[in-house]
Amino acid sequence: MKYPSFDNIINNLSAGKLHSFPGGVHPDDKKSLSNTTAIAKCPLPKQLIVPVKQHVGIDGAICVSVGDHVLKGQALTHSNAAFSVPVHAPSSGHVSAIVPHVVAHPSGLTEMCIVIDTDGRDTWCDLSPMMDYSHRNKSELLEVLCKSGISGMGGAGFPSHIKAAPSKPIEFLIINGVECEPYITSDDRLMREHAWQIRQGLDILSHIIEPKAIVVAIEDNKPEALQALTIACQDKPEYRVVSVETKYPAGGEKQLIQVITGREVPRSGLPSDIGVTMFNVGTCFAIADAVLHGKPLIERVVTLTGEAIDNPGNYQVLLGTPVNHLLATGGYLADKQTTPKIVMGGPMMGFTLADAAIPVVKTTNCLLVPSNNELRDDSAERACIRCSACSDACPANLLPQQLYWHAKAQEYDKTEEYDLFDCIECGACAYVCPSEIPLVHYYRQAKSEIRSQKDEKDKAEKAKLRFEARKERLQREKEEREEKHRKAKEARLTAKAAPSPSSQSDNVSGQGNSTAKDKVAAALARAKAKKAAVQEDSSDGSSAPVASEDDKKAKVAAAIARAKAKKAVAQAQSNQEQVPPPQNSMNTEDDKKAKIAAAIARAKAKKAATQEQTSVEDNDTKQARIAAAVAKAKAKRAEQQSNTVVENAQGKTEEVDASIVNAAPKDEKQARIAAAVAKAKARRNAVVEQPIKETEEASFAASDNIDPSEEKKRRIAAAVAKAKAKKAAANKESQ
Amino acid sequence: MTLSIAAIALGILALVFGLVLGYASIRFKVEGDPLVDQIDDVLPQTQCGQCGFPGCRPYAESIANGDEINKCPPGGEATIKKLADLMGVEAKPLDAAHGEEDVKKVAYIREDECIGCTKCIQACPVDAILGAAKHMHTVITSECTGCDLCVDPCPVDCIDMLPTEETTSSWKWNFTSSPKGDIPIKMVS
Repeated sequence: MKYPSFDNIINNLSAGKLHSFPGGVHPDDKKSLSNTTAIAKCPLPKQLIVPVKQHVGIDGAICVSVGDHVLKGQALTHSNAAFSVPVHAPSSGHVSAIVPHVVAHPSGLTEMCIVIDTDGRDTWCDLSPMMDYSHRNKSELLEVLCKSGISGMGGAGFPSHIKAAPSKPIEFLIINGVECEPYITSDDRLMREHAWQIRQGLDILSHIIEPKAIVVAIEDNKPEALQALTIACQDKPEYRVVSVETKYPAGGEKQLIQVITGREVPRSGLPSDIGVTMFNVGTCFAIADAVLHGKPLIERVVTLTGEAIDNPGNYQVLLGTPVNHLLATGGYLADKQTTPKIVMGGPMMGFTLADAAIPVVKTTNCLLVPSNNELRDDSAERACIRCSACSDACPANLLPQQLYWHAKAQEYDKTEEYDLFDCIECGACAYVCPSEIPLVHYYRQAKSEIRSQKDEKDKAEKAKLRFEARKERLQREKEEREEKHRKAKEARLTAKAAPSPSSQSDNVSGQGNSTAKDKVAAALARAKAKKAAVQEDSSDGSSAPVASEDDKKAKVAAAIARAKAKKAVAQAQSNQEQVPPPQNSMNTEDDKKAKIAAAIARAKAKKAATQEQTSVEDNDTKQARIAAAVAKAKAKRAEQQSNTVVENAQGKTEEVDASIVNAAPKDEKQARIAAAVAKAKARRNAVVEQPIKETEEASFAASDNIDPSEEKKRRIAAAVAKAKAKKAAANKESQ
Repeated sequence: MTLSIAAIALGILALVFGLVLGYASIRFKVEGDPLVDQIDDVLPQTQCGQCGFPGCRPYAESIANGDEINKCPPGGEATIKKLADLMGVEAKPLDAAHGEEDVKKVAYIREDECIGCTKCIQACPVDAILGAAKHMHTVITSECTGCDLCVDPCPVDCIDMLPTEETTSSWKWNFTSSPKGDIPIKMVS
């Protein structure tokens, strides 16, 4: 493929020689309907509906809320991604709603819109013009373009700050003033009336992009516009204003590049791949507004035309103005249409609006309101006669009739083989078709079908990955669990094999039993054995707290107790005391009491269990653990007293008996608190004094120390404790 | 004599080719069954289990081993057609025993009713439900395949399967069903 060099192209341009693109049609342009009058200002509507997304890419994040007062030019969204540009309030007023509203899309579906009730004052927000842009660096200017919400105004709506920052060096900056589609004259009028501002925009763009050459292309059916821009650019000989032959679709980006440079944009490439970038004249105008005046993109020129409009012409319209407001301004002649029909865009590539409340957006260049006779609405589609007129007309060198056959037969893979996605949907093929087949309809349908299939495929792929990731995760978790169990088992076995201190010897019996009851019993036994060892060794009466009320104190005491117990266990290998399982005592005791204590103890026991006794953890089922915890807590209590009895409290049983009768039905809670306090003190004493100290003595010593007002309670506590001890002792003896 | 030469020659040839083939079978060994991958690519990957297999891949394996191709309701006729092309068998109507073809749906949790039981999280084959025990759950709708598997486990029936909403980006031109968005080509004469 020939690829003309830069010098070659420049020489051709200087000689006035242009290239051409294949195909193309020459429809009646009907431009005189609207290009004879100056651009008029559309009056301020009562309500402006600003779609959040008016460009190609991602919508910005909304930064106003309902009820806010906004000023003209204030940003309503902010750009939060590369392909997102903000939208701005086109006039001052109140944000009355942020709701989905039908937008300028052929589907007639809704998108999020910000509705502004205008206050009629049209107050601008603070603007910050950048007159000295030629001294600013590119990134600053690109930021201004992005923040001003500039996106391509020729029709596609591509964010300009992306386009103005190409990744490849640019040889040609082309300004597109071709406007090849019939009826549309907005660019024509803009060039005639605002040529200088377009030139200013061009200056800014050339400062940002630094192209080797700049070409302004205008179709030769717009001599006034051509003249205006030639005058505007006359002081800069490097700005070449060229007139291109009138042929539809010369204004298409790829076609115009081909006309000017003779280069073809590669299939899935961008114009910047061949060193070209292109901006619409409307975009240049908006860029000049944004940089030199600080005004964001809030209005544009819209051609209102068609025979059903009384005053066709061009209007300067605020973005967000509902179409029906504009129609009312232009004078809609309802009697010329049997069914209301408004086309947004031109007659070749536009689409019929679903609702007259649709707002004008950044890409709206024309509203065509045709009368009945203006259109031939009968869709008398006839059979394809294979005349090949369509392929002669195709500007992209495709085979429209083949595409048509395959699209109709839904053979989408075949349509892709025939390069469906190179179709620019210009409508030239349908225009020339003698059988009046709406060819582009078939292509659009096929394209959207292929796209949705691709989307589905992508989604399926994603779902598959997630499914597999999940499967893998479940497998991994399972393996980890098994590994954990295996390790625990090993630990258990080694513990079994080791020389048996009291707790471990109990473990053996615990493991031997398999029923839940046995497990509970085993757990109890273990707990007791441990406690016994602790108490035997240090004899300090330490134990888990039984107090349910004075939690903090108890906890502190318990923590100290645990630490000591651990130490003691380590030391007390030789201390083996056979401990009876206290089921009987437990059953006879107050169950509720025990449970409350157990609940408190559970948390601690669990913590302690991991350190003190792994085997408890080994009974892996939840119930077993809970049971064990409960049991442990109970055991601790019963235990402590039973030990005292075992050792030396035999003689006091009668006394205890007597007191328990009185004490037990009384305030047990208080009693227990007191007991805990007493114990804590006893332990302290024990630490200070010699290690072998009897608990009874300790509690007595404690009672001496505590202030007299609580003496009674303490006594009761002691009595309760003794009673329990007695019972435990009885059990022990029975064993 | 000639007979023995011929026999020896053939024997040597056979040995050589045998070695070549043997080497090739090791050198160019294909990992796994490419057919299963191809079938798996055709299946819609909803992992819904309506075919009776735990996920799309097991069904793909089963098809590769000669199972029926009409057991996938989420894929519908289109998938059956593609599978028939791939397997070189006759396309059949969807087996009603496995369900009906339905519009695409996505699960939504009525969040104020959710009790945070995590049952749906465990059921979701693509981890598209987010939440923790005793905390509200929610569906990541962009990841939901609409497989229905979370609906049954929910003890309070707070999961709805709603058809996916059409947006301007998912919308498809369809001129046969409605003239909406019709372009007025040929209007200029």
